[in-house]
Amino acid sequence: MSEGTLYDAVWDRHRVRRLPSGQDQLFVGLHLIHEVTSPQAFGMLEERGLEVAYPERTHATADHIVPTDDRERPYDDEAAESMMSELEANVADAGLSFDHPDTGRQGIVHVVGPEQGLTQPGMTVVCGDSHTATHGAVGALAFGIGTSQIRDVLATGTVAMEKQAVRRIEVTGELGDGVTAKDLILTIIGELGTDGGVGYVYEYGGPAVESLSMPGRMTVCNMSIEGGARAGYVNPDETTYEWMAETDAFEGEPEKFAERKQYWESIRSGEDATYDDVVTIDASEIEPTVTWGTTPGQTVGISEPVPDPADLPPEDRAVAERAQEHMGVTPGEPMAGFPVDVAFLGSCTNARLPDLRAAADVVEGRTLADGVRGLVVPGSQRVKAAAEAEGLDATFREAGFEWRGAGCSMCLGMNDDQLVDDEVCASSSNRNFVGRQGSADGRTILMSPEMVAAAAVMGEVTDVRELDAAPEVAR
Amino acid sequence: MSDPVDVPAIERVEGTGVPVRGNDIDTDQIIPARFLKVLTFEGLGEFAFFDQRYENTGPDAGGDGLAAESEAAEQPTDHPFNDERFRDGNVLVVNANFGCGSSREHAPQALMRWGIDAIVGESFAEIFAGNCLALGIPTVTADSEEIEALQDHVEAHPDTEIEVDVAAETVRYDGREIDAAVDSAQRQSLVAGEWDTTALLGANPEAVAETAASLPYTQ
Repeated sequence: MSEGTLYDAVWDRHRVRRLPSGQDQLFVGLHLIHEVTSPQAFGMLEERGLEVAYPERTHATADHIVPTDDRERPYDDEAAESMMSELEANVADAGLSFDHPDTGRQGIVHVVGPEQGLTQPGMTVVCGDSHTATHGAVGALAFGIGTSQIRDVLATGTVAMEKQAVRRIEVTGELGDGVTAKDLILTIIGELGTDGGVGYVYEYGGPAVESLSMPGRMTVCNMSIEGGARAGYVNPDETTYEWMAETDAFEGEPEKFAERKQYWESIRSGEDATYDDVVTIDASEIEPTVTWGTTPGQTVGISEPVPDPADLPPEDRAVAERAQEHMGVTPGEPMAGFPVDVAFLGSCTNARLPDLRAAADVVEGRTLADGVRGLVVPGSQRVKAAAEAEGLDATFREAGFEWRGAGCSMCLGMNDDQLVDDEVCASSSNRNFVGRQGSADGRTILMSPEMVAAAAVMGEVTDVRELDAAPEVAR
Repeated sequence: MSDPVDVPAIERVEGTGVPVRGNDIDTDQIIPARFLKVLTFEGLGEFAFFDQRYENTGPDAGGDGLAAESEAAEQPTDHPFNDERFRDGNVLVVNANFGCGSSREHAPQALMRWGIDAIVGESFAEIFAGNCLALGIPTVTADSEEIEALQDHVEAHPDTEIEVDVAAETVRYDGREIDAAVDSAQRQSLVAGEWDTTALLGANPEAVAETAASLPYTQ
């Protein structure tokens, strides 16, 4: 088993006791809740006559069902309205802090947590959402839980968990121009497989990870679950501390910051830490990466051909064949040139300010290709406001994109933002599962925000690095 | 803590099977996101594998609520959940990485409410397996050849009695016994009747408060 890692340190600090099953009871430092997976848990709590044990460690936002266009209450969708009302009532009853849309802080749970400094290094963070691993980017131990576990955490402030193995993913070298954190994590999942991380927590490190911004690290940690790992993290460093210092939690509080930083430094993985497994990836070999299939592990570099199922390991062939039939892609041909109908810029993976800036840079002076629908959905109201202050909204609007309110939106199609029929979507989100974006026949191609922007203006999957050379779209 | 909840010990599950083949069957397939717009898990059973079971159910059908959705679905596919021979099957037999993707407990809730009491497969995604455990549904693993043989057998003989022995880590059917594996914490929790952990975790509030107070960030 691992020793001396951040995972070991944070686990030990939060362990209350060993349970008879062999699991540990862990104290939860931050419990984030949203409107889709929490109402049933509050219902169970009420049935059992229990109350929220640690309301001050529980924080709510609304993201999954929130409309991104007409946000007037009551919402047009009655089911969405009832879920929002239920969350409002539960939050009021329990006295929880809540990023209600009226506060200007509302947004995707995995954007608002780090943004406000709710999520901190060395904390245990849980949420009824599989992308909770995102918060590992600040050096927290963060994992997704189900609704029955939400009930446990609400009622007791703790969760029953089994300690897992730690895999260090050492990323050497540096990412090339036009190659992003998204391309890195898609490559990692492609190499290790969608179930390669089962039983592991991923520690991402090495020069290429350390040189990522905090939002970049969030993109990487976010998709840990797509590789089967329930949690992923990056050890806190100066980049982390600079980020934390500017959050609501520490802004104007240098003493609190200095004191807390000692703890953050103390939980970092030691130089002599022992890992259960180490995998090395060379960042300089990664190119813009996209998916060709219906799992996030079915990835390919933009210049490479879509694999022939016959060349894949036997256990992957059937899935690959079904995926290629669904997507309509051709083995042997690259994904570049594959026509797209929709461009979606959003999600907890890639809807932070640097993501929108990078996409706007590509879009600037260009317009959506004929017939392409473009949607920009900032990750939070704050991201939206900051982007507008820089004029990014104008850039996107002038290009023909819709500029929307914050929420999960077309990542999972729980509001009106959905694909229609067999539309192809170039998407900065995290899952290309069949039906994921709201249409059973819809087709999703995962890629970085820059690549989504390039696909949007060209009308087909395009290597963003070659875009400047395209005379027909240059201003 | 009030209102103790009845949590039965689950040492074994007996019944007939239903084979659902394919690796990487994600929770969006088990229950599409549009069915998550509910305040309780009641009634989710009929939406299990919905988009695999019916064709021509686009997003237009989803906007008008679950009832309209149900009516709009007209063309059943040959999915095993549509096959009358497996309608009473309570042991789901699946392949690798079943339940990957979203943490939605709606997925095992839908399967449970459909009538599934145990799942036997090559491997499971972690959050899904944890959610199953919280509902008292064992997720038992076995070698891929054994799984495929069991799926083939159930396909040919739907009435075959299957016994999933959680305590002994075996699966028995048709006079055969397969070596199976059950995660040790899962096995202990099921066999001891401690898979609903709320009471267990609520039994030591002082110790929890002590741990909380020892953390620098709770000061």
